Amino acid sequence: MAEPALREPAVATHPPSPPTAAPARRHRGRRGGSLGSRIGLYALLVVIALVYIYPFLVQVSTSFKTESEAAADPLSLIPQTWSFAAYDRLFAHSDFPLWFANSAIVTICVTLGRVFFVSLAGYALARLHFRGRGVIFALVVAVMAVPTVVLLIPKFLVLNQLGLYDSYSGMILPLLVDAAGVFIMKNFFESIPVSVEEQARIDGAGSFRIFWSVVLPMARPALITIVILSFQGSWNELAHFIVSTQSPALTTLTKGVAGLASGQLSQGSQYPLKLAAALLMTIPVAVLFFIFQRRIMNTSEGAVKE
Amino acid sequence: MTAPAAPRTASAPRRRGSSGIRGGEGVAGWLFVLPVVLILGVFLFIPVLMALWVSFSDWNGNGSPLSPSVSFIGLQNYADVTTSGGLAERNFGLSLRNNAWYVLLVVPLQTALSLLLAVLVSRAMLRGRGFFRTAYYFPSVTSSVAITVLWLFLFSTTGVVNQIIGWFGGHGPNWFQDPRGLFHLLAGTTPGPEVLTQGKFLGVTWWEWTAGPSVAMFAFILMAIFTTSGTFMLLFLAALQNIGPELAEAAMVDGANGWQRFWRITLPQLRPTIFTVVTLGLIGCWQVFDQIYTGTQGGPGKTTLTPAYLSYQASFQDQKWGDGAAIAFMLFVIIILFTLLQRWVLRDRPVSRRRIRAYQPKGVRHG
Repeated sequence: MAEPALREPAVATHPPSPPTAAPARRHRGRRGGSLGSRIGLYALLVVIALVYIYPFLVQVSTSFKTESEAAADPLSLIPQTWSFAAYDRLFAHSDFPLWFANSAIVTICVTLGRVFFVSLAGYALARLHFRGRGVIFALVVAVMAVPTVVLLIPKFLVLNQLGLYDSYSGMILPLLVDAAGVFIMKNFFESIPVSVEEQARIDGAGSFRIFWSVVLPMARPALITIVILSFQGSWNELAHFIVSTQSPALTTLTKGVAGLASGQLSQGSQYPLKLAAALLMTIPVAVLFFIFQRRIMNTSEGAVKE
Repeated sequence: MTAPAAPRTASAPRRRGSSGIRGGEGVAGWLFVLPVVLILGVFLFIPVLMALWVSFSDWNGNGSPLSPSVSFIGLQNYADVTTSGGLAERNFGLSLRNNAWYVLLVVPLQTALSLLLAVLVSRAMLRGRGFFRTAYYFPSVTSSVAITVLWLFLFSTTGVVNQIIGWFGGHGPNWFQDPRGLFHLLAGTTPGPEVLTQGKFLGVTWWEWTAGPSVAMFAFILMAIFTTSGTFMLLFLAALQNIGPELAEAAMVDGANGWQRFWRITLPQLRPTIFTVVTLGLIGCWQVFDQIYTGTQGGPGKTTLTPAYLSYQASFQDQKWGDGAAIAFMLFVIIILFTLLQRWVLRDRPVSRRRIRAYQPKGVRHG
């Protein structure tokens, strides 16, 4: 429950502007250390990288192993006998495709909704003058401080009262808004010069028009950050789905695979099956990660910059 | 240039929400924030108030907690899990113990490791920097469920970790089935002195409190460090790049070696980032839930039970909603207390006289 929030990449508040620091760094780097110490440094980095990557390589190869081989030889990266049994079982003889579809539906709805609502609110808090703006912003910041785990029971109570328990809307609605997202967008909009909007305002454009056709297109870097955070967050979400649903038809990947791990659907250890399921559920976020990799790294570099 | 003049002539005193060029902004502003306010209100503020009520009530899960048949019972639920002397108290005590050890090991280790990674990566010059950064960050992208499944495999009896231990002639434990406390294992004394086995706190003997994390919990501790160090590394990297080289270069001229430069110049400048990382770490570590739900469900021997999981279990499985809500709120208080404590420990102190004197060149001492 806690981890997803933790793992989200550092929030970006400004468009990245990394090149400024580069020359100084290069300068420093060239001076640092002899050839020997540099080789030592790289060796250390490679060893650590192996520790970080190897588990995932083992995961991929184990998913193609037979169960006995997975237990007998967990370290090898190439299966002696290739077995597609795990994947066959997942796709043809389990609810895995349904879980995948549910996760996809929820994630897409949440991501689209969040991008829209969060940027609307961020814009209003950054630019529009209205009574109560300060109070609302203070509340949004306060919300970020509430630990999600305290909300497990409360969320269930309210969903139940509203008759949303065990429905798609109950899964999606509470995730639609994210205080950190509002915060990110507000900071971003504040960094855009006001003069951009003034021209449009003189031309008679309303607030929504200005937001939609002038400011929003400029906010692309921040929007991408929001997309990554919401996609990753809702795809990886577990606790909320545990307390908001019950029926097998609404099981998401996280809930389904967690059930698999604790022994549903399988007798014995069935590691190839479990690892294949975990691997498949990692692919969408991994793809997103590699597409926007530069952005994720850069935006978080920009985060602390003033 | 002419723009500001226009509204002033149109309507003399320009007020918020009145017509003119900023006309309708008040309405638009409220409309814009309405969805966020509504959803946060309905799914956050109201629920927290409701749960607070449940923690003071005898609601048993049937019907609405707001119905007249549910009554206020004061602090009884809180007493149930802290002073009843029963199973509820022992479970809560155990969960606190388990999570406290988890926090105590994960927070410093992940902070140190992520700082080390950041320093190493920022040192590696141009080549490979991106690759290493990506490699270290990747585990942070995966879901806690997927990573737990992988971890269960890596740390299984015949798993990768035990094979590697085997290379060195060791014999790895049955990680996720092993309830033995790490410190007791290292100390080697099994029964424990009477002083510690007699006294109890929250239904758990002092001897059990000092057991350290169980072997199973230790596997989770390693997992947490593995998955979060990448994220925090990015924070440290960003901070490192914002530190200008001037101070370090001045120190180099003064003859400070690499270690001194890091310890005296770089580290103090990283203080705000360390603060952020420790705070996020503390908040996250006190909320461990997904891993426990996916992996061990609190076992073996309740040594991976955490307050977050216990709160879920008490409410949703045992239908003791009052207890569950009470645990959740106590957890909330714990998190706030730890954050405040940490803030106090890492606060900016004025530099002491002695310290100032140490930095002054000899013979120029004042006062």
